[in-house]
Amino acid sequence: MDFDLSEEQRLLKESLDRLIDDRYAFEQRKGYAQNPEGWSRELWAQFAGIGLLGLPFEERHGGSAGGPVETMIAMEAFGRSLVLEPYLATIVLGGGFLRHGGGAEQCANIIPKIADGSLTVAFAHTERQSRYDLHDVETRAVRDGVGWVLDGEKGVVLHGDTADKLIVTARVGGGRRDRDGIAAFIVDSKAAGVSRRGYPTQDGLRAAEIMLSGVRVGPEGVLGEPGKALPLVERVVDEAIAALCAEAVGAMAVMDELTVEYLKTRRQFGREIGSFQILQHRAVDMLIALEQARSMAMFATMMAADENALERRNAVGAAKVQIGRSGKFIGQQAIQLHGGIGMTMEYKVGHYFKRVTMIDTMFGDADHHLRQLARRGAA
Amino acid sequence: MDLRFTPEELAFRDEVRAFFRASLPASIRTKLVDGKHLAKDDIVTWQRILNKKGWAVANWPVAWGGTGWTPVQQYIFQEELQLTPAPQPLGFGVTMVGPVIIAFGSEEQKKRYLPAIANLDVWWCQGFSEPGAGSDLASLRTAAKREGDYYVVNGQKTWTTLAQHADWIFCLVRTDPQAKKQEGISFLLIDMETPGITVRPIITIEGGHEVNEVFFDDVKVPAENLVGQENRGWDYAKYLLGRERTGIARVGLSKERLRRIKELAAMERAGDKSLIEDERFREKLAAVEVELKALEMTQLRVVAAERRRTDNKPDPASSILKIKGTEIQQATTELLLEVVGPYALPYQPEHEDDERWNEPPIGPEWAGPIAPTYFNWRKTTIYGGTNEIQKNIIAKAILGL
Repeated sequence: MDFDLSEEQRLLKESLDRLIDDRYAFEQRKGYAQNPEGWSRELWAQFAGIGLLGLPFEERHGGSAGGPVETMIAMEAFGRSLVLEPYLATIVLGGGFLRHGGGAEQCANIIPKIADGSLTVAFAHTERQSRYDLHDVETRAVRDGVGWVLDGEKGVVLHGDTADKLIVTARVGGGRRDRDGIAAFIVDSKAAGVSRRGYPTQDGLRAAEIMLSGVRVGPEGVLGEPGKALPLVERVVDEAIAALCAEAVGAMAVMDELTVEYLKTRRQFGREIGSFQILQHRAVDMLIALEQARSMAMFATMMAADENALERRNAVGAAKVQIGRSGKFIGQQAIQLHGGIGMTMEYKVGHYFKRVTMIDTMFGDADHHLRQLARRGAA
Repeated sequence: MDLRFTPEELAFRDEVRAFFRASLPASIRTKLVDGKHLAKDDIVTWQRILNKKGWAVANWPVAWGGTGWTPVQQYIFQEELQLTPAPQPLGFGVTMVGPVIIAFGSEEQKKRYLPAIANLDVWWCQGFSEPGAGSDLASLRTAAKREGDYYVVNGQKTWTTLAQHADWIFCLVRTDPQAKKQEGISFLLIDMETPGITVRPIITIEGGHEVNEVFFDDVKVPAENLVGQENRGWDYAKYLLGRERTGIARVGLSKERLRRIKELAAMERAGDKSLIEDERFREKLAAVEVELKALEMTQLRVVAAERRRTDNKPDPASSILKIKGTEIQQATTELLLEVVGPYALPYQPEHEDDERWNEPPIGPEWAGPIAPTYFNWRKTTIYGGTNEIQKNIIAKAILGL
């Protein structure tokens, strides 16, 4: 048992930290957010340059064959600096569908473009009624010769407004909430019948509502066996949850640091407010919440690639519960302990609070996963 | 990064587990599963079995009977003790006074006391707290005055756990009343048979007798029983308390309690189904399991970091383990109380000094100890440095506040 990073992993972390230090100060981030796309193509190219975009992919596709630990390192660094670029959507989610469900030709055609930064992907899955249930899919796919025709609406598609390709789930059989009958397709975002309404999210990212109206997909756009895609969706989403946990830990750590720093500098009643025991204990509670979350993010990372789907789901779900609870506590207390300044758009801490709050709503909040764990009788 | 145990560590776990299964008397295990009190003989018997195997003082240096295990092996050993469940080797000797004597005691003291600790030939208790010195331990007033070859001790200790069984007590005593409060304290070993010592039981809220008051009235203690240097006792105490905290999370104990909760909740009815099928109960259980999993990983991180620590100071992160570990232990006792339901009510003493102790059980045979355990376990966030004191330590040592 060891918690140490390998030499390569340390190097990855160092070069990433250098790039972020150099290019992702809070004021610089505000600049990137001003782009119409909401993020920086130039930085994306730099990410590609240091090999970040190829991390989880095979070497023959332009990647470096990293695993969940490499993704954790990247996502934690992104969480520390509130990175706006579509890494989760493109590399973790889009890349995950190709790695686990793509055929040889699909992988050879698309992954190298993801890795070199020339193509982005988004995962169009959530629907108005589905909330967090991955099997709740109404969008239909009907056979049309060798291909399929898709009709339906997808919501809150992270970075769906700028993605070149969409991974779209649709039902080819069964009822709305059946586990069987779900298929996954690769859809060109410019295809006829795809309309997108992009918008900013609460935490400064971008997302889209996507309408699919008679969208034709050829056989080259089918991921795996139509009707049997749910296990693939669950597997990719579990990897995404593990990645989000790491991102949340990065954001929570910064909130803890900012808050402790503030307690040491802010003076009232003639003394540093950090000398008051009630505030000290609150800061300790925040630290404990962070360490418990960090432990679970590591656990999720370790289990994200586990072959046993049930154990993987339980571990990742338990981590999401912890992250949701720790994130809410740390975020709320960070604002409270900063007082008025914490409420301002100008100051950093509120932006971290908003990001961890939104992370809880992605792929199941704490209560959703707790309920799932309770039903399965395992945590 | 690989958070799994290595094949060697797994093989070690299997070896420990197999030995515990084969060697622990069934009667002792049953008492622990049922949440009943162990008799002195149970604890002595088990420690001697461990000592014969060479595992009684696993955490000590090899020269004094330790095992030389890695921190991970030590962790596995503790975890397996709690999962079996088997009694912990008596902490007052093995994890408290023993390590202090090893670190600061004389050669004569080591030879005299250490083997007897390992075999539990001598039962130690801890004389730290006083009526006026709880969280503010350094304000203790029990005085030891040097008179020739002796210290004469006068004062009172309290919350002295299992002093009723003890042969010896290690005490913090004030040897310099003029010095700053932390600087006038010494660490003294006292034979409980010495004239002038009186032990009085304190009965805790659940009705049990674990703790005592110990009174010292002109007790003559040979000067050779001083550990280390006079007036340096506070340093030794801090060393001891830091070591106490790392083991205090007791993840294995909480795992075993959760197993027990599930077992009992499957037998209890809640409406037309069993309690374990009740959604609200299951969610509460799952919430505790998530917290415990996180604590287990946090504990493993602290254990893994131990390998790189060069100083002998306790890791302030161990305070996190104490806080979270005791909160979770208390949560498991709450869940057990919920499982037993109305049959939590009957008071069913298990002490032989109560005339009702041998009556047949009222309600389910496992119900008796559950409410008392819930009441008793409130102690865990108070002892070993209250959780509020732990937060003071973290605020200062980790956050720099």
